[in-house]
Amino acid sequence: MKILVCVSRTPETTANISFSGDNSQLDTNGLQYIMNPYDEWYALVRALELKEQVGGSVSIINVGEAENDPVIRKGLAIGADEAIRIDAKPTSSLFVAKEIAAYAKDQGFDLIMLGKESIDYNGSLIGGMLAELMALPYISYATSMDLNGNTATLNREIEGGTEICEVETPFVLSAAKGMAEQRIPNMRGIMMAKRKPLNVVPSAGSDNLENVSSYQVVSKDRNIKILDPENMEELVRLLHEEAKVI
Amino acid sequence: MVLVFAENNAGKFKKAAFEAVSYGKKIANQLSCDCAALVIGDASSAGELGVYGADKVLNINDASFADFDAQNYVAAIAEVSNNIGAKLIIVSHSSTGRSLVGGLAARMNAAVISGANALPTLDDGFHVSKNVFSGKGIANFSLNTDVKIISLMGNSIQPENMGAEVSVEHVSVAPGNGRVKVVERKTVSGTVPLPEAELVVSAGRGMGGPDKWGIIDDLANSIGATTACSRPVADTGWRPHHEHVGQTGVAIRPNLYIAIGISGAIQHLAGVSSSKTIVVINKDADAPFFKNADYGVVADLFDVVPKLTEAIKAFKAVNA
Ligand SMILES: Cc1cc2nc3c(=O)[nH]c(=O)nc-3n(C[C@H](O)[C@H](O)[C@H](O)COP(=O)(O)OP(=O)(O)OC[C@H]3O[C@@H](n4cnc5c(N)ncnc54)[C@H](O)[C@@H]3O)c2cc1C
Repeated sequence: MKILVCVSRTPETTANISFSGDNSQLDTNGLQYIMNPYDEWYALVRALELKEQVGGSVSIINVGEAENDPVIRKGLAIGADEAIRIDAKPTSSLFVAKEIAAYAKDQGFDLIMLGKESIDYNGSLIGGMLAELMALPYISYATSMDLNGNTATLNREIEGGTEICEVETPFVLSAAKGMAEQRIPNMRGIMMAKRKPLNVVPSAGSDNLENVSSYQVVSKDRNIKILDPENMEELVRLLHEEAKVI
Repeated sequence: MVLVFAENNAGKFKKAAFEAVSYGKKIANQLSCDCAALVIGDASSAGELGVYGADKVLNINDASFADFDAQNYVAAIAEVSNNIGAKLIIVSHSSTGRSLVGGLAARMNAAVISGANALPTLDDGFHVSKNVFSGKGIANFSLNTDVKIISLMGNSIQPENMGAEVSVEHVSVAPGNGRVKVVERKTVSGTVPLPEAELVVSAGRGMGGPDKWGIIDDLANSIGATTACSRPVADTGWRPHHEHVGQTGVAIRPNLYIAIGISGAIQHLAGVSSSKTIVVINKDADAPFFKNADYGVVADLFDVVPKLTEAIKAFKAVNA
Protein backbone atom coordinates (compact mmCIF):
# COMPACT_ATOMS: atom_id res chain seq x y z
CA MET A 1 0.00 0.00 0.00
CA LYS A 2 1.60 3.23 -1.16
CA ILE A 3 -0.07 6.18 0.52
CA LEU A 4 0.35 9.90 -0.04
CA VAL A 5 -0.86 12.32 2.63
CA CYS A 6 -1.18 16.02 1.78
CA VAL A 7 -0.34 18.24 4.74
CA SER A 8 -0.61 21.99 5.07
CA ARG A 9 0.88 24.43 7.52
CA THR A 10 -1.60 26.65 9.37
CA PRO A 11 -1.42 29.21 12.18
CA GLU A 12 -1.93 27.45 15.51
CA THR A 13 -5.44 27.41 16.86
CA THR A 14 -5.07 30.08 19.57
CA ALA A 15 -3.33 32.55 17.23
CA ASN A 16 -4.69 36.06 17.11
CA ILE A 17 -5.18 36.94 13.48
CA SER A 18 -4.39 40.40 12.12
CA PHE A 19 -3.60 41.82 8.71
CA SER A 20 -0.89 44.15 7.48
CA GLY A 21 0.11 46.17 4.45
CA ASP A 22 -3.23 47.98 4.07
CA ASN A 23 -5.08 44.77 4.92
CA SER A 24 -3.64 43.05 1.88
CA GLN A 25 -1.89 40.21 3.72
CA LEU A 26 -1.83 38.15 6.87
CA ASP A 27 0.38 39.68 9.53
CA THR A 28 2.78 36.80 10.21
CA ASN A 29 4.63 38.68 12.94
CA GLY A 30 4.87 36.39 15.94
CA LEU A 31 2.55 33.77 14.46
CA GLN A 32 3.21 30.19 15.52
CA TYR A 33 2.45 27.44 13.01
CA ILE A 34 1.26 23.86 13.27
CA MET A 35 0.39 21.08 10.89
CA ASN A 36 -3.26 21.47 9.93
CA PRO A 37 -5.00 19.33 12.62
CA TYR A 38 -7.26 17.48 10.17
CA ASP A 39 -4.27 16.46 8.06
CA GLU A 40 -2.29 15.41 11.09
CA TRP A 41 -4.75 13.83 13.51
CA TYR A 42 -6.95 12.07 11.02
CA ALA A 43 -5.38 11.62 7.57
CA LEU A 44 -1.77 11.01 8.56
CA VAL A 45 -2.48 8.84 11.58
CA ARG A 46 -4.94 6.64 9.68
CA ALA A 47 -2.40 6.29 6.87
CA LEU A 48 0.20 5.09 9.39
CA GLU A 49 -2.27 2.61 10.90
CA LEU A 50 -2.99 1.18 7.44
CA LYS A 51 0.72 0.82 6.77
CA GLU A 52 1.12 -0.99 10.10
CA GLN A 53 -1.69 -3.35 9.06
CA VAL A 54 -0.88 -4.15 5.47
CA GLY A 55 2.65 -2.85 4.90
CA GLY A 56 3.78 -0.30 2.37
CA SER A 57 4.86 3.29 2.76
CA VAL A 58 3.50 6.67 3.79
CA SER A 59 4.76 9.81 2.05
CA ILE A 60 3.71 13.30 3.03
CA ILE A 61 3.60 16.17 0.58
CA ASN A 62 3.43 19.91 1.12
CA VAL A 63 3.48 22.85 -1.25
CA GLY A 64 5.41 25.65 0.41
CA GLU A 65 8.68 27.35 1.10
CA ALA A 66 11.53 26.32 3.40
CA GLU A 67 9.76 27.90 6.39
CA ASN A 68 7.41 24.88 6.27
CA ASP A 69 10.15 22.35 6.98
CA PRO A 70 9.66 22.15 10.78
CA VAL A 71 5.99 21.23 10.29
CA ILE A 72 6.96 18.65 7.65
CA ARG A 73 9.59 17.18 9.98
CA LYS A 74 6.89 16.72 12.58
CA GLY A 75 5.02 14.53 10.10
CA LEU A 76 8.15 12.43 9.73
CA ALA A 77 8.50 12.27 13.51
CA ILE A 78 4.93 10.98 13.83
CA GLY A 79 5.91 8.19 11.45
CA ALA A 80 5.81 9.10 7.74
CA ASP A 81 8.61 7.45 5.76
CA GLU A 82 9.50 10.34 3.50
CA ALA A 83 8.42 13.88 2.73
CA ILE A 84 8.16 15.89 -0.44
CA ARG A 85 8.05 19.67 -0.42
CA ILE A 86 7.18 21.36 -3.68
CA ASP A 87 9.12 24.56 -3.47
CA ALA A 88 6.56 27.25 -4.19
CA LYS A 89 4.47 29.83 -2.36
CA PRO A 90 0.99 28.28 -2.07
CA THR A 91 -1.13 31.04 -3.53
CA SER A 92 -4.49 29.41 -4.26
CA SER A 93 -6.16 26.04 -3.80
CA LEU A 94 -6.13 25.11 -7.48
CA PHE A 95 -2.48 26.07 -7.69
CA VAL A 96 -1.65 23.72 -4.80
CA ALA A 97 -3.78 20.90 -6.23
CA LYS A 98 -2.19 21.22 -9.67
CA GLU A 99 1.30 21.14 -8.15
CA ILE A 100 0.52 18.01 -6.11
CA ALA A 101 -1.19 16.30 -9.06
CA ALA A 102 1.78 17.05 -11.32
CA TYR A 103 4.07 15.34 -8.83
CA ALA A 104 1.79 12.43 -7.87
CA LYS A 105 0.40 11.38 -11.22
CA ASP A 106 3.20 8.98 -12.19
CA GLN A 107 4.03 7.70 -8.72
CA GLY A 108 1.46 4.92 -8.46
CA PHE A 109 -0.08 5.89 -5.13
CA ASP A 110 -2.89 3.55 -4.00
CA LEU A 111 -4.44 6.15 -1.78
CA ILE A 112 -4.22 9.93 -1.44
CA MET A 113 -5.42 11.30 1.88
CA LEU A 114 -5.88 14.77 3.37
CA GLY A 115 -7.88 16.46 6.11
CA LYS A 116 -11.43 17.62 5.38
CA GLU A 117 -10.32 21.25 5.38
CA SER A 118 -7.48 23.46 6.53
CA ILE A 119 -8.15 25.68 9.51
CA ASP A 120 -6.85 28.82 7.78
CA TYR A 121 -8.90 29.19 4.60
CA ASN A 122 -11.44 26.48 5.50
CA GLY A 123 -11.79 25.75 1.81
CA SER A 124 -12.41 21.98 1.56
CA LEU A 125 -11.24 22.32 -2.02
CA ILE A 126 -7.98 20.49 -2.59
CA GLY A 127 -9.24 16.90 -2.22
CA GLY A 128 -11.92 17.29 -4.87
CA MET A 129 -9.52 19.16 -7.14
CA LEU A 130 -6.86 16.46 -6.85
CA ALA A 131 -9.39 13.72 -7.57
CA GLU A 132 -10.56 15.52 -10.67
CA LEU A 133 -7.05 16.34 -11.91
CA MET A 134 -6.00 12.71 -11.43
CA ALA A 135 -9.32 11.22 -12.61
CA LEU A 136 -9.78 9.33 -9.33
CA PRO A 137 -12.92 8.81 -7.24
CA TYR A 138 -13.26 11.24 -4.31
CA ILE A 139 -14.67 10.31 -0.93
CA SER A 140 -15.11 13.38 1.25
CA TYR A 141 -15.64 13.74 5.01
CA ALA A 142 -14.79 10.13 5.75
CA THR A 143 -15.00 9.24 9.44
CA SER A 144 -13.72 5.68 9.05
CA MET A 145 -12.13 3.50 6.41
CA ASP A 146 -11.45 -0.22 6.35
CA LEU A 147 -9.56 -2.01 3.63
CA ASN A 148 -10.21 -5.48 2.34
CA GLY A 149 -7.77 -6.13 -0.48
CA ASN A 150 -8.37 -3.31 -2.93
CA THR A 151 -11.86 -2.54 -1.68
CA ALA A 152 -12.31 0.20 0.88
CA THR A 153 -15.45 0.53 2.99
CA LEU A 154 -15.95 4.02 4.31
CA ASN A 155 -18.30 5.93 6.54
CA ARG A 156 -18.78 9.50 5.47
CA GLU A 157 -20.68 12.49 6.80
CA ILE A 158 -23.59 13.65 4.69
CA GLU A 159 -26.23 16.33 5.28
CA GLY A 160 -27.91 15.35 8.53
CA GLY A 161 -26.51 11.83 8.70
CA THR A 162 -23.97 9.32 7.52
CA GLU A 163 -23.41 7.14 4.50
CA ILE A 164 -21.53 3.89 4.09
CA CYS A 165 -19.89 3.46 0.71
CA GLU A 166 -17.45 1.21 -1.10
CA VAL A 167 -14.77 2.08 -3.60
CA GLU A 168 -11.70 0.42 -5.09
CA THR A 169 -8.23 1.89 -4.69
CA PRO A 170 -6.80 4.18 -5.92
CA PHE A 171 -8.94 7.08 -4.75
CA VAL A 172 -8.71 10.38 -2.90
CA LEU A 173 -10.10 10.66 0.62
CA SER A 174 -10.70 13.64 2.91
CA ALA A 175 -10.65 12.68 6.57
CA ALA A 176 -12.91 13.99 9.33
CA LYS A 177 -13.07 13.41 13.07
CA GLY A 178 -13.41 9.76 14.00
CA MET A 179 -10.95 8.50 11.39
CA ALA A 180 -8.10 8.15 13.93
CA GLU A 181 -6.72 9.49 17.19
CA GLN A 182 -3.94 12.07 17.44
CA ARG A 183 -0.42 10.63 17.92
CA ILE A 184 2.22 12.56 19.82
CA PRO A 185 5.70 12.03 18.35
CA ASN A 186 8.12 10.38 20.79
CA MET A 187 11.84 11.05 21.23
CA ARG A 188 12.84 8.17 18.96
CA GLY A 189 10.50 9.42 16.24
CA ILE A 190 11.94 12.91 16.50
CA MET A 191 15.51 11.58 16.24
CA MET A 192 14.64 9.33 13.31
CA ALA A 193 12.86 12.16 11.50
CA LYS A 194 16.18 13.96 11.14
CA ARG A 195 17.53 11.13 8.98
CA LYS A 196 14.43 10.59 6.85
CA PRO A 197 14.37 12.13 3.37
CA LEU A 198 12.72 15.51 2.86
CA ASN A 199 12.88 15.94 -0.90
CA VAL A 200 12.52 19.44 -2.23
CA VAL A 201 11.20 19.43 -5.78
CA PRO A 202 10.75 22.43 -8.07
CA SER A 203 7.33 23.87 -8.85
CA ALA A 204 5.53 22.84 -12.02
CA GLY A 205 4.68 26.53 -12.49
CA SER A 206 0.89 26.24 -12.24
CA ASP A 207 -1.25 29.34 -12.72
CA ASN A 208 -3.42 31.27 -10.28
CA LEU A 209 -7.04 31.94 -11.18
CA GLU A 210 -8.11 33.85 -8.11
CA ASN A 211 -6.44 35.94 -5.46
CA VAL A 212 -7.32 37.59 -2.18
CA SER A 213 -7.59 41.32 -2.76
CA SER A 214 -8.15 42.36 0.84
CA TYR A 215 -8.75 41.09 4.36
CA GLN A 216 -10.53 42.38 7.39
CA VAL A 217 -10.58 41.33 11.02
CA VAL A 218 -13.95 40.21 12.29
CA SER A 219 -14.78 42.50 15.16
CA LYS A 220 -15.87 40.56 18.18
CA ASP A 221 -17.24 43.56 20.01
CA ARG A 222 -20.43 42.56 21.66
CA ASN A 223 -21.89 44.61 24.47
CA ILE A 224 -23.00 42.08 26.98
CA LYS A 225 -26.09 42.49 29.12
CA ILE A 226 -25.88 40.51 32.33
CA LEU A 227 -29.27 39.23 33.44
CA ASP A 228 -30.74 38.30 36.79
CA PRO A 229 -30.83 34.47 37.03
CA GLU A 230 -34.17 34.77 38.85
CA ASN A 231 -35.73 36.62 35.93
CA MET A 232 -35.49 34.45 32.83
CA GLU A 233 -38.70 36.07 31.56
CA GLU A 234 -36.57 39.17 30.92
CA LEU A 235 -34.09 37.16 28.82
CA VAL A 236 -36.95 35.72 26.78
CA ARG A 237 -38.37 39.22 26.27
CA LEU A 238 -34.98 40.53 25.07
CA LEU A 239 -34.48 37.57 22.72
CA HIS A 240 -37.89 38.27 21.25
CA GLU A 241 -38.05 42.07 21.19
CA GLU A 242 -34.44 43.19 21.00
CA ALA A 243 -32.51 40.37 19.30
CA LYS A 244 -35.62 39.19 17.41
CA VAL A 245 -34.38 35.61 17.31
CA ILE A 246 -37.32 33.82 18.92
CA MET B 1 -26.48 32.28 -17.53
CA VAL B 2 -26.08 31.47 -13.84
CA LEU B 3 -26.39 27.76 -13.00
CA VAL B 4 -27.39 26.72 -9.47
CA PHE B 5 -27.03 23.10 -8.41
CA ALA B 6 -30.10 22.65 -6.17
CA GLU B 7 -29.45 19.73 -3.86
CA ASN B 8 -32.34 17.51 -2.97
CA ASN B 9 -32.87 14.59 -0.69
CA ALA B 10 -35.30 12.06 -2.20
CA GLY B 11 -37.07 14.87 -4.05
CA LYS B 12 -37.23 17.28 -1.10
CA PHE B 13 -35.35 20.57 -1.09
CA LYS B 14 -33.80 22.07 2.00
CA LYS B 15 -33.58 25.73 2.83
CA ALA B 16 -29.96 25.76 1.62
CA ALA B 17 -31.14 24.95 -1.92
CA PHE B 18 -33.63 27.85 -1.85
CA GLU B 19 -30.91 30.17 -0.50
CA ALA B 20 -28.61 29.16 -3.36
CA VAL B 21 -31.34 29.76 -5.94
CA SER B 22 -32.23 33.22 -4.57
CA TYR B 23 -28.52 34.06 -4.40
CA GLY B 24 -28.08 32.92 -8.01
CA LYS B 25 -31.06 34.93 -9.18
CA LYS B 26 -29.79 38.10 -7.50
CA ILE B 27 -26.44 37.74 -9.24
CA ALA B 28 -28.18 36.92 -12.54
CA ASN B 29 -30.11 40.19 -12.17
CA GLN B 30 -26.86 42.07 -11.66
CA LEU B 31 -25.39 40.37 -14.73
CA SER B 32 -28.63 40.82 -16.73
CA CYS B 33 -28.93 37.11 -17.48
CA ASP B 34 -31.14 34.19 -16.47
CA CYS B 35 -30.76 31.82 -13.56
CA ALA B 36 -31.20 28.09 -14.16
CA ALA B 37 -31.46 25.50 -11.40
CA LEU B 38 -30.14 21.98 -11.95
CA VAL B 39 -31.73 19.07 -10.11
CA ILE B 40 -30.22 15.59 -10.21
CA GLY B 41 -32.69 12.84 -9.34
CA ASP B 42 -36.33 13.21 -8.28
CA ALA B 43 -37.63 16.55 -9.59
CA SER B 44 -41.29 16.04 -8.74
CA SER B 45 -41.39 19.17 -6.56
CA ALA B 46 -38.61 21.08 -8.36
CA GLY B 47 -41.05 23.54 -9.92
CA GLU B 48 -41.09 25.43 -6.61
CA LEU B 49 -37.47 26.48 -7.20
CA GLY B 50 -39.05 29.03 -9.56
CA VAL B 51 -40.65 30.73 -6.58
CA TYR B 52 -37.18 31.40 -5.15
CA GLY B 53 -35.84 32.79 -8.40
CA ALA B 54 -35.05 30.02 -10.89
CA ASP B 55 -36.06 31.08 -14.41
CA LYS B 56 -35.96 27.45 -15.42
CA VAL B 57 -35.30 24.09 -13.85
CA LEU B 58 -33.17 21.48 -15.60
CA ASN B 59 -33.36 17.88 -14.48
CA ILE B 60 -31.08 14.90 -14.92
CA ASN B 61 -32.97 11.77 -13.99
CA ASP B 62 -30.69 8.88 -14.77
CA ALA B 63 -30.18 5.79 -12.64
CA SER B 64 -26.41 6.10 -12.94
CA PHE B 65 -26.61 9.13 -10.62
CA ALA B 66 -28.75 7.44 -7.97
CA ASP B 67 -25.73 6.94 -5.69
CA PHE B 68 -23.80 10.07 -4.79
CA ASP B 69 -20.40 9.91 -6.45
CA ALA B 70 -18.65 13.28 -6.40
CA GLN B 71 -16.74 12.58 -9.60
CA ASN B 72 -19.91 11.70 -11.54
CA TYR B 73 -21.80 14.70 -10.22
CA VAL B 74 -18.93 17.04 -11.10
CA ALA B 75 -18.86 15.69 -14.66
CA ALA B 76 -22.63 16.04 -15.04
CA ILE B 77 -22.82 19.59 -13.65
CA ALA B 78 -19.87 20.66 -15.80
CA GLU B 79 -21.48 19.18 -18.90
CA VAL B 80 -24.77 21.00 -18.31
CA SER B 81 -22.91 24.19 -17.53
CA ASN B 82 -20.98 24.00 -20.80
CA ASN B 83 -24.12 23.20 -22.77
CA ILE B 84 -26.00 26.24 -21.52
CA GLY B 85 -22.93 28.51 -21.51
CA ALA B 86 -23.06 29.27 -17.77
CA LYS B 87 -20.67 31.95 -16.56
CA LEU B 88 -21.22 31.18 -12.90
CA ILE B 89 -21.97 27.92 -11.09
CA ILE B 90 -23.34 28.03 -7.55
CA VAL B 91 -23.61 25.14 -5.10
CA SER B 92 -24.49 25.12 -1.39
CA HIS B 93 -21.57 24.86 1.03
CA SER B 94 -23.08 21.66 2.46
CA SER B 95 -21.33 18.28 2.74
CA THR B 96 -22.47 17.51 -0.79
CA GLY B 97 -21.60 20.93 -2.18
CA ARG B 98 -18.17 20.86 -0.56
CA SER B 99 -17.48 17.50 -2.20
CA LEU B 100 -18.24 19.05 -5.58
CA VAL B 101 -16.91 22.58 -5.55
CA GLY B 102 -13.20 21.73 -5.82
CA GLY B 103 -13.72 19.15 -8.55
CA LEU B 104 -15.83 21.59 -10.56
CA ALA B 105 -13.15 24.26 -10.35
CA ALA B 106 -10.47 21.80 -11.46
CA ARG B 107 -12.57 20.38 -14.29
CA MET B 108 -13.55 23.78 -15.64
CA ASN B 109 -10.23 25.41 -14.77
CA ALA B 110 -12.30 28.10 -13.10
CA ALA B 111 -11.64 30.55 -10.28
CA VAL B 112 -13.46 29.44 -7.15
CA ILE B 113 -14.49 30.63 -3.70
CA SER B 114 -15.82 28.08 -1.24
CA GLY B 115 -18.06 29.21 1.59
CA ALA B 116 -18.95 32.68 0.27
CA ASN B 117 -20.78 34.68 2.94
CA ALA B 118 -22.35 37.49 0.85
CA LEU B 119 -23.32 38.59 -2.63
CA PRO B 120 -20.42 39.50 -4.93
CA THR B 121 -19.54 43.08 -5.83
CA LEU B 122 -19.19 43.54 -9.55
CA ASP B 123 -18.16 47.17 -10.02
CA ASP B 124 -14.44 46.46 -10.37
CA GLY B 125 -13.96 42.83 -11.39
CA PHE B 126 -15.76 40.04 -9.49
CA HIS B 127 -15.19 40.11 -5.73
CA VAL B 128 -16.73 37.80 -3.14
CA SER B 129 -16.01 37.52 0.57
CA LYS B 130 -15.79 34.55 2.92
CA ASN B 131 -14.85 33.93 6.52
CA VAL B 132 -11.28 32.74 6.98
CA PHE B 133 -9.10 31.64 9.90
CA SER B 134 -12.10 29.91 11.42
CA GLY B 135 -14.17 33.06 11.69
CA LYS B 136 -11.36 35.33 12.92
CA GLY B 137 -11.12 37.19 9.61
CA ILE B 138 -12.85 37.89 6.34
CA ALA B 139 -11.08 37.64 2.98
CA ASN B 140 -12.25 39.30 -0.18
CA PHE B 141 -11.49 37.08 -3.18
CA SER B 142 -11.13 38.34 -6.70
CA LEU B 143 -12.23 35.66 -9.21
CA ASN B 144 -10.34 36.16 -12.44
CA THR B 145 -11.67 33.66 -14.99
CA ASP B 146 -14.55 33.82 -17.45
CA VAL B 147 -16.43 30.97 -15.73
CA LYS B 148 -16.55 31.24 -11.93
CA ILE B 149 -17.60 28.89 -9.14
CA ILE B 150 -19.06 29.71 -5.74
CA SER B 151 -20.19 27.55 -2.84
CA LEU B 152 -22.54 29.52 -0.62
CA MET B 153 -22.30 29.28 3.17
CA GLY B 154 -25.66 28.47 4.79
CA ASN B 155 -27.61 31.31 6.45
CA SER B 156 -25.68 33.95 4.47
CA ILE B 157 -28.79 35.20 2.70
CA GLN B 158 -32.44 34.33 3.15
CA PRO B 159 -34.49 32.63 0.43
CA GLU B 160 -36.85 35.18 -1.14
CA ASN B 161 -40.03 34.92 -3.12
CA MET B 162 -38.80 36.14 -6.47
CA GLY B 163 -41.03 34.43 -9.01
CA ALA B 164 -43.50 31.64 -9.60
CA GLU B 165 -43.47 27.88 -10.17
CA VAL B 166 -41.70 26.90 -13.38
CA SER B 167 -41.81 23.77 -15.46
CA VAL B 168 -39.05 21.19 -15.36
CA GLU B 169 -37.03 20.49 -18.47
CA HIS B 170 -35.26 17.14 -18.81
CA VAL B 171 -31.67 17.16 -19.97
CA SER B 172 -29.36 14.23 -20.61
CA VAL B 173 -25.66 13.96 -19.98
CA ALA B 174 -23.07 11.20 -20.27
CA PRO B 175 -24.01 8.54 -17.70
CA GLY B 176 -21.99 8.21 -14.49
CA ASN B 177 -19.33 5.52 -14.30
CA GLY B 178 -20.43 4.15 -10.92
CA ARG B 179 -17.08 3.71 -9.17
CA VAL B 180 -18.48 4.57 -5.74
CA LYS B 181 -21.16 2.24 -4.42
CA VAL B 182 -23.40 3.54 -1.64
CA VAL B 183 -24.20 0.66 0.70
CA GLU B 184 -26.34 2.48 3.23
CA ARG B 185 -27.61 5.98 4.10
CA LYS B 186 -28.65 6.93 7.59
CA THR B 187 -30.22 10.31 8.12
CA VAL B 188 -31.49 11.61 11.41
CA SER B 189 -34.99 12.80 10.76
CA GLY B 190 -36.83 15.36 12.81
CA THR B 191 -34.06 17.73 13.82
CA VAL B 192 -32.43 20.32 11.59
CA PRO B 193 -28.76 19.43 10.97
CA LEU B 194 -26.34 21.76 12.78
CA PRO B 195 -24.90 23.59 9.76
CA GLU B 196 -28.43 24.64 8.74
CA ALA B 197 -29.85 25.33 12.18
CA GLU B 198 -31.02 28.85 12.97
CA LEU B 199 -31.28 28.16 16.69
CA VAL B 200 -28.64 26.17 18.56
CA VAL B 201 -28.44 25.13 22.22
CA SER B 202 -24.95 23.97 23.13
CA ALA B 203 -23.49 22.56 26.33
CA GLY B 204 -20.00 21.86 27.64
CA ARG B 205 -18.07 20.18 30.38
CA GLY B 206 -19.98 22.18 32.97
CA MET B 207 -22.71 19.55 32.56
CA GLY B 208 -20.58 17.23 34.66
CA GLY B 209 -21.56 14.04 32.83
CA PRO B 210 -23.59 12.52 30.03
CA ASP B 211 -26.67 11.66 32.08
CA LYS B 212 -27.88 15.21 32.67
CA TRP B 213 -28.63 16.26 29.09
CA GLY B 214 -32.40 16.14 29.60
CA ILE B 215 -32.48 19.81 30.60
CA ILE B 216 -30.57 20.71 27.43
CA ASP B 217 -32.96 18.72 25.24
CA ASP B 218 -35.94 20.32 27.00
CA LEU B 219 -34.59 23.80 26.35
CA ALA B 220 -33.78 22.97 22.73
CA ASN B 221 -37.23 21.46 22.17
CA SER B 222 -38.94 24.51 23.67
CA ILE B 223 -37.65 26.68 20.80
CA GLY B 224 -37.10 24.00 18.14
CA ALA B 225 -33.31 24.33 18.38
CA THR B 226 -30.61 21.85 17.36
CA THR B 227 -28.20 20.70 20.08
CA ALA B 228 -24.42 21.08 19.95
CA CYS B 229 -21.50 20.59 22.35
CA SER B 230 -17.89 21.53 23.03
CA ARG B 231 -15.03 19.30 21.93
CA PRO B 232 -14.14 17.58 25.24
CA VAL B 233 -17.79 16.62 25.59
CA ALA B 234 -17.69 14.81 22.24
CA ASP B 235 -14.21 13.42 22.88
CA THR B 236 -15.28 11.76 26.11
CA GLY B 237 -18.33 10.32 24.42
CA TRP B 238 -20.92 12.28 26.42
CA ARG B 239 -22.39 13.40 23.11
CA PRO B 240 -22.03 12.24 19.49
CA HIS B 241 -19.19 13.63 17.36
CA HIS B 242 -21.44 15.38 14.89
CA GLU B 243 -22.51 17.79 17.68
CA HIS B 244 -18.94 19.07 18.21
CA VAL B 245 -18.71 22.72 17.20
CA GLY B 246 -15.60 24.89 17.02
CA GLN B 247 -12.46 25.28 15.05
CA THR B 248 -11.96 21.53 14.69
CA GLY B 249 -15.65 20.70 14.68
CA VAL B 250 -18.57 22.13 12.77
CA ALA B 251 -18.44 25.88 12.16
CA ILE B 252 -21.89 27.40 12.50
CA ARG B 253 -23.52 30.82 12.22
CA PRO B 254 -27.03 30.47 13.60
CA ASN B 255 -29.28 33.37 14.59
CA LEU B 256 -29.15 32.28 18.23
CA TYR B 257 -26.42 30.34 20.04
CA ILE B 258 -27.02 29.49 23.69
CA ALA B 259 -23.80 28.28 25.36
CA ILE B 260 -24.29 26.44 28.63
CA GLY B 261 -21.38 25.42 30.87
CA ILE B 262 -18.86 26.20 28.13
CA SER B 263 -15.83 28.31 29.09
CA GLY B 264 -15.36 29.97 25.69
CA ALA B 265 -11.90 28.77 24.65
CA ILE B 266 -10.59 30.46 21.52
CA GLN B 267 -10.92 27.21 19.53
CA HIS B 268 -14.55 26.93 20.56
CA LEU B 269 -15.28 30.57 19.72
CA ALA B 270 -13.68 30.16 16.31
CA GLY B 271 -16.56 27.95 15.23
CA VAL B 272 -19.45 29.86 16.77
CA SER B 273 -18.53 33.54 16.98
CA SER B 274 -20.28 34.38 13.70
CA SER B 275 -23.60 33.59 15.41
CA LYS B 276 -25.92 36.59 15.33
CA THR B 277 -26.91 36.52 19.00
CA ILE B 278 -24.99 34.69 21.72
CA VAL B 279 -26.33 33.85 25.18
CA VAL B 280 -23.89 32.49 27.77
CA ILE B 281 -24.86 30.67 30.94
CA ASN B 282 -21.92 29.97 33.24
CA LYS B 283 -21.42 30.00 37.01
CA ASP B 284 -17.98 31.60 36.67
CA ALA B 285 -18.32 35.35 36.06
CA ASP B 286 -14.75 35.36 34.69
CA ALA B 287 -15.40 32.74 32.00
CA PRO B 288 -13.92 34.12 28.75
CA PHE B 289 -17.15 33.44 26.88
CA PHE B 290 -18.80 36.46 28.58
CA LYS B 291 -16.48 38.70 26.55
CA ASN B 292 -18.05 37.35 23.37
CA ALA B 293 -21.70 37.27 24.35
CA ASP B 294 -24.73 39.50 23.93
CA TYR B 295 -26.57 38.20 26.98
CA GLY B 296 -25.05 36.58 30.03
CA VAL B 297 -26.40 34.76 33.05
CA VAL B 298 -23.97 34.08 35.90
CA ALA B 299 -25.53 31.13 37.70
CA ASP B 300 -25.54 27.39 38.19
CA LEU B 301 -26.81 25.93 34.96
CA PHE B 302 -28.84 23.27 36.75
CA ASP B 303 -30.91 26.03 38.38
CA VAL B 304 -31.21 28.42 35.54
CA VAL B 305 -31.69 26.25 32.43
CA PRO B 306 -35.01 24.74 33.61
CA LYS B 307 -36.16 28.28 34.54
CA LEU B 308 -35.30 29.53 31.06
CA THR B 309 -37.20 26.61 29.51
CA GLU B 310 -40.26 27.42 31.64
CA ALA B 311 -40.07 31.10 30.70
CA ILE B 312 -39.90 30.18 27.01
CA LYS B 313 -42.85 27.81 27.31
CA ALA B 314 -44.88 30.51 29.03
CA PHE B 315 -43.91 32.98 26.31
CA LYS B 316 -44.81 30.50 23.55
CA ALA B 317 -48.16 29.77 25.18
CA VAL B 318 -49.08 33.46 24.91
CA ASN B 319 -47.42 34.22 21.57
CA ALA B 320 -48.12 30.99 19.68
C1 LIG C 1 -5.89 22.23 18.53
C2 LIG C 1 -7.11 22.37 19.37
C3 LIG C 1 -8.35 22.42 18.76
C4 LIG C 1 -9.52 22.55 19.53
N1 LIG C 1 -10.73 22.62 18.89
C5 LIG C 1 -11.84 22.79 19.64
C6 LIG C 1 -13.13 22.89 19.04
O1 LIG C 1 -13.27 22.79 17.81
N2 LIG C 1 -14.22 23.07 19.82
C7 LIG C 1 -14.14 23.16 21.18
O2 LIG C 1 -15.17 23.33 21.82
N3 LIG C 1 -12.94 23.06 21.78
C8 LIG C 1 -11.81 22.87 21.05
N4 LIG C 1 -10.61 22.75 21.69
C9 LIG C 1 -10.60 22.65 23.16
C10 LIG C 1 -10.69 23.99 23.85
O3 LIG C 1 -9.39 24.53 23.99
C11 LIG C 1 -11.31 23.86 25.25
O4 LIG C 1 -10.55 22.93 25.98
C12 LIG C 1 -12.75 23.39 25.22
O5 LIG C 1 -13.52 24.18 24.34
C13 LIG C 1 -13.33 23.48 26.60
O6 LIG C 1 -14.61 22.89 26.64
P1 LIG C 1 -15.68 23.34 27.72
O7 LIG C 1 -15.88 24.79 27.62
O8 LIG C 1 -16.85 22.45 27.55
O9 LIG C 1 -14.98 22.91 29.09
P2 LIG C 1 -14.27 23.79 30.19
O10 LIG C 1 -13.25 24.68 29.63
O11 LIG C 1 -13.87 22.84 31.25
O12 LIG C 1 -15.41 24.73 30.72
C14 LIG C 1 -16.50 24.31 31.47
C15 LIG C 1 -17.22 25.56 31.90
O13 LIG C 1 -18.42 25.19 32.57
C16 LIG C 1 -18.60 26.06 33.69
N5 LIG C 1 -19.40 25.31 34.66
C17 LIG C 1 -19.04 24.22 35.40
N6 LIG C 1 -20.07 23.81 36.16
C18 LIG C 1 -21.10 24.67 35.94
C19 LIG C 1 -22.43 24.78 36.44
N7 LIG C 1 -22.92 23.89 37.34
N8 LIG C 1 -23.21 25.79 36.01
C20 LIG C 1 -22.72 26.69 35.10
N9 LIG C 1 -21.47 26.62 34.59
C21 LIG C 1 -20.67 25.63 35.00
C22 LIG C 1 -17.21 26.38 34.17
O14 LIG C 1 -17.23 27.63 34.85
C23 LIG C 1 -16.43 26.45 32.84
O15 LIG C 1 -16.42 27.78 32.33
C24 LIG C 1 -9.43 22.62 20.94
C25 LIG C 1 -8.17 22.58 21.54
C26 LIG C 1 -7.02 22.46 20.78
C27 LIG C 1 -5.70 22.44 21.48
